[in-house]
Amino acid sequence: MGSPGPVQTHGQGAQRGRRAPAVALPRWLWIPATCAFALVALPVVGLFLRADWPRMPELLTSEAALDALRLSLVTAAISTGLCIVLGGPLAVVLARGRLPGLRVLRSVVLLPLVLPPVVGGLALLFLLGRTGLLGRQLDLWFGITIPFTTTAVVLAQTFVALPFLVVSLEGALRTAGGRYEAVAATLGAGPAHAFRRVTVPLVLPGLASGSMLAFARCLGEFGATTAFAGSLQGTTRTLPLLVYLERETDVAGAVALSLLLVAVAVVVVAVGRTRPTEGLP
Amino acid sequence: MKTRAVAGGVAGLVLLLAGCGGGQPATPAPSTAPSAAAETGTLTVLAAASLTETFDALEKRFETDHPGVDVKLNYAGSSDLAQQIVNGAPTDVFAAASDATMKTVTDAGLAAGTPKIFATNVLQIATAPGNPKGIAAFADLAEPDLKVVVCAPQVPCGAAAAKIEKATGVTLHPVSEEADVKSTLGKVTSGDADAGLVYVTDVSAAKGSVQGVSFPEADQATTNYPIVVVKNAPQAQLAQQFVDLVTGPDGQQALEEAGFGPGK
Repeated sequence: MGSPGPVQTHGQGAQRGRRAPAVALPRWLWIPATCAFALVALPVVGLFLRADWPRMPELLTSEAALDALRLSLVTAAISTGLCIVLGGPLAVVLARGRLPGLRVLRSVVLLPLVLPPVVGGLALLFLLGRTGLLGRQLDLWFGITIPFTTTAVVLAQTFVALPFLVVSLEGALRTAGGRYEAVAATLGAGPAHAFRRVTVPLVLPGLASGSMLAFARCLGEFGATTAFAGSLQGTTRTLPLLVYLERETDVAGAVALSLLLVAVAVVVVAVGRTRPTEGLP
Repeated sequence: MKTRAVAGGVAGLVLLLAGCGGGQPATPAPSTAPSAAAETGTLTVLAAASLTETFDALEKRFETDHPGVDVKLNYAGSSDLAQQIVNGAPTDVFAAASDATMKTVTDAGLAAGTPKIFATNVLQIATAPGNPKGIAAFADLAEPDLKVVVCAPQVPCGAAAAKIEKATGVTLHPVSEEADVKSTLGKVTSGDADAGLVYVTDVSAAKGSVQGVSFPEADQATTNYPIVVVKNAPQAQLAQQFVDLVTGPDGQQALEEAGFGPGK
């Protein structure tokens, strides 16, 4: 951190905009690569084939579908905002901070990545439910209960999506290194000034791609939401919850809503992969 | 060259998938040779989740009576199970928690014979132990301060709840409409909801972690439990014997103990 390596100063700057020379790939590589692609793409193709296209407009504009879409977009946006506001600083601390036990801290932050979401939902319930550790006090002192509210949906989404943002941003911070800040310090910039004028602009692409990942994860959230927030049209029933419910009675409706989620995901990925973030960790 | 390599990749995938499926033909196809001596093998029963406790007991009974037979029980929501059967899951017996889900299977021509109603179930109000909110009747659930959880109308328990609302003219304002009855019960057990509308058998299976409040209007929405031997069942004979056990006196007694109403 304190020792700038003079050889690799340009890490990413020099690479940008220049295509690597074509290198022949080992031919066997194509087989597993094609399998992997097919594994991801074919199920989506299956969804397209099962879709009841003539009924599609009617299925997607039902009141339940529109409510779910609105709720999903609004909650995912708020949750992503929370991830940035809370997870951004956390990533900086994890990448640059000097604290004993930072490794343990990082493992804890990554927990939602490896936990089944429904377990996360139960954990939230045991903390913030009406009989939970904090939830009981909230109810007693302020008369606030969190389960069954849109707040619960946002909390569940933030819980599962936070590590996505933290990991992306921490990676970007590590790649950027501390050299520019060190130079800024020699030029008289204080830590706050250097952070604002040097660090933040440097990692902005990483923050953008991390936010997109977090947003996508929020949109797809199901397990933690159903366990912690419940399912009520317009309040807690997001698109994935509606898909799960619709498939009970109306498979065509579930397929239509699934394709809507696919479409939103494609847009998110397309926006997230625009030039500034392409090729960055 | 590139396209050839891609084609090779696709061929590789097909081989890979074929290889994955290769495990299945190893199991014998017993239905082709219905030998009288063959009281061995695996009997696959797909049953509604609410039957878990009862069918676990009946499984033991059946395996004692038929040594050499292994009963494999797969519990899930009835509509999930119906979808599995329609999509070709090898099944001998299907026990559903509603006529509608059974209809999915019969409509697909996958039932051998006519389904038989072997049990019925009614809704009950589940409250915290001791019933702290003093809920005594269905109409009490409309109380504005009460956090009530029901099943979504898309699933059988929710359809029953909606039917009772209609019959009584009482409109509920639930805080959540869950996707299955165990989730509804879970919100009451966790203490987050004051009351939930679940089956009387769910309350008895919860063994004291919730209290049940019966209400007379529940009879207006009785849920039927049909059972049938699935067409082309790998173990057709054993399947019929299992159905006979469930519909016979022993099965009926076990179901009654779990809180189910008699079959038809």
